[in-house]
Amino acid sequence: MTSSAGLHFKTYCMLLIMIVFAPLGNVMLGKGMKNVGAVATWAPSELLHIVTRVFMSGYIWLGVASLLTFFVAYMLILSWADFSYVQPASSVALLVVALLGYFYLGERISPLHWAGIVVICLGVFVVGNTPPRTTEVR
Amino acid sequence: MREALLLFLVVASGTGGEICVTRAMKHVGEVKDFRPLAVVQVILRAMKLPWMWIGISLMALAFFSLLAVLSIENVSFVVPVTALNYAAGALGGKFFLGERVTPRRWAGVLIVCIGVTLVWLGKR
Repeated sequence: MTSSAGLHFKTYCMLLIMIVFAPLGNVMLGKGMKNVGAVATWAPSELLHIVTRVFMSGYIWLGVASLLTFFVAYMLILSWADFSYVQPASSVALLVVALLGYFYLGERISPLHWAGIVVICLGVFVVGNTPPRTTEVR
Repeated sequence: MREALLLFLVVASGTGGEICVTRAMKHVGEVKDFRPLAVVQVILRAMKLPWMWIGISLMALAFFSLLAVLSIENVSFVVPVTALNYAAGALGGKFFLGERVTPRRWAGVLIVCIGVTLVWLGKR
């Protein structure tokens, strides 16, 4: 991997897209499902009704589109950057989800809940900083 | 209780699906030619493997379970808890794919589990 300014810029753009679109996708799915209503039954006819409403929801489609955007950026960045370099970005994405939930969706988050999220981010960061390949290539 | 069951489905079937797809793709072999026709051929070859179909079905189950749990719980609760994927992935990688999981990775998994416990307790 060369350290040219162009490659760095491209990498940071992709990381930014990943950190914005993965949380945005989850938040949109959450908003869409809150509009659809609680899935409280397992009766097939009722489930079919819920699935129809899910696919009619604009928020759900926005969420799916955001997650696809994230996925394309993820695939592209992995074509030149190391997996162990990219993966800790998902720990930042977890924090962004919580911030979006708090500020955009108005979810209540207790101090213990915040502490848990920070600890999870730390854990994901530690997991992500380990070698991506441990099996022998022959 | 219902949300715990759904979250379990999200994590278990999501990771199970990824492990099945990994198995299928390792069987297909490393992709070295990225011209569109070659990529289509790789996909067609992968689609002939039962592991691929099991994997895709499990991933679909995980996605719809995620939607179901998002209908009853907050995003700021659900998404951090799904970080348990890292724990399931480490266990699945070790026992189903024979990958070596480093002590540092186990340490990270343990920290994630502690964080999920705090999030769970903080929700009450």
